[in-house]
Amino acid sequence: MALILDHVDYVYGGDTELAVHALKDVNLVIPDGQFIGLIGHTGSGKSTLVQHLNGLIKPTGGAIYFNGEDIQDADYDKKKLRSKVGLVFQYPEHQLFEIDVFSDVCFGPKNLGLPRKEVELRAYAALKQVGLEDAFFYQSPFDLSGGQKRRVAIAGVLAMKPDVLILDEPTAGLDPKGRDEILDQIANLHKEMGITVILVSHSMEDVARYVERIIVMNRGSVLYDNVPGEVFKHYRELEQVGLAAPQVTYIMQALRKKGLPVNMEVTTIPEARDEILRVIRA
Amino acid sequence: MGNFITMGIIKTEKLVFEYIRRDEEGNVEGITRAVDEVDLDVEPGSFIAILGHNGSGKSTLAKHINAILYPTEGTVWVDGMDTSQEKNLWDVRQSAGMVFQNPDNQIIGQVVEEDVGFGPENMGIPTQQIWERVEESLKAVGMYEFRKHSPNKLSGGQKQRISIAGVIAMHPKCIILDEPTAMLDPNGRKEVVRAVRALNAAEGITVVLITHYMEEIIHADKVFVMDRGKVAMEGTPREIFSQVERLKELRLDVPQVTLLAHELQKSGVNIPNGILTTEELVEALI
Repeated sequence: MALILDHVDYVYGGDTELAVHALKDVNLVIPDGQFIGLIGHTGSGKSTLVQHLNGLIKPTGGAIYFNGEDIQDADYDKKKLRSKVGLVFQYPEHQLFEIDVFSDVCFGPKNLGLPRKEVELRAYAALKQVGLEDAFFYQSPFDLSGGQKRRVAIAGVLAMKPDVLILDEPTAGLDPKGRDEILDQIANLHKEMGITVILVSHSMEDVARYVERIIVMNRGSVLYDNVPGEVFKHYRELEQVGLAAPQVTYIMQALRKKGLPVNMEVTTIPEARDEILRVIRA
Repeated sequence: MGNFITMGIIKTEKLVFEYIRRDEEGNVEGITRAVDEVDLDVEPGSFIAILGHNGSGKSTLAKHINAILYPTEGTVWVDGMDTSQEKNLWDVRQSAGMVFQNPDNQIIGQVVEEDVGFGPENMGIPTQQIWERVEESLKAVGMYEFRKHSPNKLSGGQKQRISIAGVIAMHPKCIILDEPTAMLDPNGRKEVVRAVRALNAAEGITVVLITHYMEEIIHADKVFVMDRGKVAMEGTPREIFSQVERLKELRLDVPQVTLLAHELQKSGVNIPNGILTTEELVEALI
């Protein structure tokens, strides 16, 4: 069992009149190797939640266990936790700073105190994993395109060899092809390296397409935690909390209303195509 | 000067924008042509969408309409004014307002109504009229009830609508929005798109919307697709989105419902090209 959140609460400004209850009694089990989508409107607590997972924020109540150990224990190695639970922030390219791409990716593993050879091997492997060609390695990260910069930033986290990779809106601001490329790359990492991936996203279509489990946050609590087909059945409730279902859900709903008995559990375009074909050919 | 009457609200003629790339020592490495001979002619009151992959030149093009950038070659006119003439600068910026991607970079006031009043105040509008403009602008984007709030307590979609209100308080003839929904959640995106469509339909403000979300522009009057600084495609949303494969080559996409219809077509289902809405697809299938 990789990550367990046990009655986690987080209140800030607790001793003032403006106290905000950002997380309320959050209980989650995140086993090894899952691909999870985390959704919720702006201010629902998603970012606060993911910052708890690598110890950037301390819960004001409850406990978080990583591989069976309480990460709040006084002698718990936080540095190791942060290398094992990698967090890629929104617009991570704003955090690039080194003189060239390769040095930037080396920065994390170097700070782990690894020997130079190991650092460079990891940086090389990480850049390959995000699909960046050798030709870019010694260029300034600032000369790359938006999508390439973002890959470099993700490689910087991968070079830490995390067991859990958390990405906060990795596709914001990218063009449709760039979105697909990054997400395909992440799905590939999940498949080939078996790492746990938590994808924070505002795109219901992307979430439906890639993840096996969706956690919906609302006002600091977990509203739903299930497979995409089940979560998106609650599209009306999702709309009430500032979210939506993927377009496919609405199309299926409209077809059912007109008497075409399609299954409401399909959430992606290929699934919808097959389901419509099945029904109209029956 | 009499040709102004026949000219669109925004017109570009052989617009070229080049910039010089330098290495770390400042030596010239080369010249990049970000916008390459673009001709646009936008009718007053229309809703225009500009699509294009990252680096295709669409934001560079947009910045010319608001005189943030000036053409290297060619000419840009906004409401008949040549943007490269310094004497036109303030009139151009008042005629064509711009809204950017990140709402947090555009809001300066401590209170919503002060923020919206900032533009007209700078224009030297009398106080009474400023308040009238603030009120009508906030009403136009559905944010009037938040006028006394602090902007930093609002959601992304609400902040973006405040940015839009701040622009329309200057009474522009057109408004250019450069990926206004990129950072928003689904609800925020819906709110902003609804507000922009209302401005266009009810107030007759010309809209130029740049976006990576194909669903947002199915109601546009005309779509321009940029690639390598040039206009690669132009037409109605239906004409553009009928060309699924071509758009994919240009690193773009089509609305989900259009893609589903396209997939069904490929599987032998007889439905028309360029389906844009769920209603159209349902009708074609049943």
